[in-house]
Amino acid sequence: MAPEAASKPGNRAAARGGLWSWINQRLPVEAFLRASAVDYYAPKNFNFWYFFGSLALLALVMQLLTGIFLTMFYKVGAATSFDSVEFIMREVPYGWLMRYLHSTGASAFFLVVYLHMYRAMLYGSYKAPRELLWLFGMIIYLALMAEAFLGYVLPWGNMSFWAATVIVNLFGTVPGIGPGLVEWIRGDYGIADATLNRFFSLHVAAVPLVLLLLVALHLVALHEVGSNNPDGIEINAKKDARGRPLDGIPFHPYYTVKDMVGVGVFLTLLAIVVFFVPTFGDLFMEKANFEPANPLSTPDPISPSWYFTPYYAILRAVPDQRIGALLMLLAVVSFFFLPWLDRSPVKSMRYRGWISKTFLGLFTISFLVLMYLGMEPAQEPYVTMARIFAVPYFAYFWLMPFYSRIDPVKPVPERVTFHG
Amino acid sequence: MTDVGAIADQPEPEIDRSRRKFLTAATSATAGIGVVLAAIPFAASWAPSERAKALGAPVEVDLSKLQVGQMITPTWRLQPIYIVRRDPSTVDKLVKHDSALKDPKSAHSLQPDYARNEMRARRADVLVLVGICTHLGCLPKQVFDAGDPLLGADWPGGFHCPCHGSRFDLAGRVFKGSPASTNLVVPPYAFRGQDTLIIGSEDVAKKGAA
Repeated sequence: MAPEAASKPGNRAAARGGLWSWINQRLPVEAFLRASAVDYYAPKNFNFWYFFGSLALLALVMQLLTGIFLTMFYKVGAATSFDSVEFIMREVPYGWLMRYLHSTGASAFFLVVYLHMYRAMLYGSYKAPRELLWLFGMIIYLALMAEAFLGYVLPWGNMSFWAATVIVNLFGTVPGIGPGLVEWIRGDYGIADATLNRFFSLHVAAVPLVLLLLVALHLVALHEVGSNNPDGIEINAKKDARGRPLDGIPFHPYYTVKDMVGVGVFLTLLAIVVFFVPTFGDLFMEKANFEPANPLSTPDPISPSWYFTPYYAILRAVPDQRIGALLMLLAVVSFFFLPWLDRSPVKSMRYRGWISKTFLGLFTISFLVLMYLGMEPAQEPYVTMARIFAVPYFAYFWLMPFYSRIDPVKPVPERVTFHG
Repeated sequence: MTDVGAIADQPEPEIDRSRRKFLTAATSATAGIGVVLAAIPFAASWAPSERAKALGAPVEVDLSKLQVGQMITPTWRLQPIYIVRRDPSTVDKLVKHDSALKDPKSAHSLQPDYARNEMRARRADVLVLVGICTHLGCLPKQVFDAGDPLLGADWPGGFHCPCHGSRFDLAGRVFKGSPASTNLVVPPYAFRGQDTLIIGSEDVAKKGAA
């Protein structure tokens, strides 16, 4: 019995005896679980939008699991990659399931992450004191985009090849070092075996490690500041005699159970897609990617996965290469600045005025329209429409310091409220 | 042997804080330089390998069977090279749409000095281009017929990129309104005799001298 461990507050398990006690004297498992779930209070007015954080975690775990098994059968190399993916699809027992779970899982991951981000924009969850939480989340989003792109290249279909060509060439727009940088990333004079091999390494080792670290930081930051809620008020401002927030409930069991319902619905929908429409029209897997990579034939038309198309539409809308790439970068990076662009005294859209609501509404429409436009060929009227819809997209972010200040906000309640 | 009590009795030694600060900074700086130097081999490993460089040697192309209006696309350094036998009348038409181009004189585009002219070529009848869109690297498609229905009545013939809609004329010069900002790249090349084209080298004497 180690008396100093037993005397630590919160480490009740260490004092009880038995194997569980023996472990907890040496590693505070129970104390950690207690602090992060049972004694961790979350606002009691969570709604539908609060499913997507835990679902994002589930999607990550699912991608890791299916990815590890795909790596057991996949053979990286310009001569072998395409055939090994077909081998997985046709000859490995349940190989098709792992591959479809992984490819559909990528789309599901982005869908969940987009809804998770939109929740933060609806309820002002990025505002103080949750700026770092938001920034970690945004870096996760960037890492996820890199991971998705790198993974898309691995089947070495013709869309893989040309996606790699276009995305790597974006680095060529960096002033001065662009062409050298592109050659360095590719490791050859074009997208080649060397490129595929390093992308594989990044996809299965480097980026997943970074993602796991970032997710850990995201969760630590969340547990430090606590969850926001649909009313955008701090539950820690009103506590009972024992120091528990009046509007909070323990994360476990209340939200673990709630999240399990979300998991059930999510997995049901995922299964429907995986089993019945794994390519989802042309959205999750394009027809052109069922042909091997061909450096002498660009698929016509070419478009990225649906989760990149809003940015892609902006890139194409600009009749200048460097400005196009810069605006596309800005379209992504703008999210990072939200905590400092938003000058509204209230967090939640529920208590904001018509100006903020209008700008968020226009942003939502623009994002979806740009998503559609990015899937269409680079012709009129799509290009002009992309130019038009890029305006409200950027206005939402960069006019926010002005409109959020003059927005006629409503009084915020003292305690959380419930809506149907 | 000094006993423990004697040490405790001694006065606290004076800490030379500036010395400590200097040593900490110098050690950190040395370690930092070490990290940067150690990163060099890792970063350098991403450059093209010796094998990739060897496979990027110049290639020879026989032009004797290339008819007027035809295009062939051999590859050099994994890039498709567009070689077009141009009609003399096409050549005359090229100068007429200079005002519709972003860089008609190829001042901001990549080409060897002998191709920095209106034809963007050593010889007006043979066009040699790297067939990769200067926007983001797709392959522009050949649309040589003037007035193509998709590209409009004023289309003089040239190349159209299916990815992002960049348009180039029959000298690889980019039209205004395209997302691409520069003309298609002209690779280094030379002719040996009338019908042998060497791509990747200006040295006609021997093959393989990059």
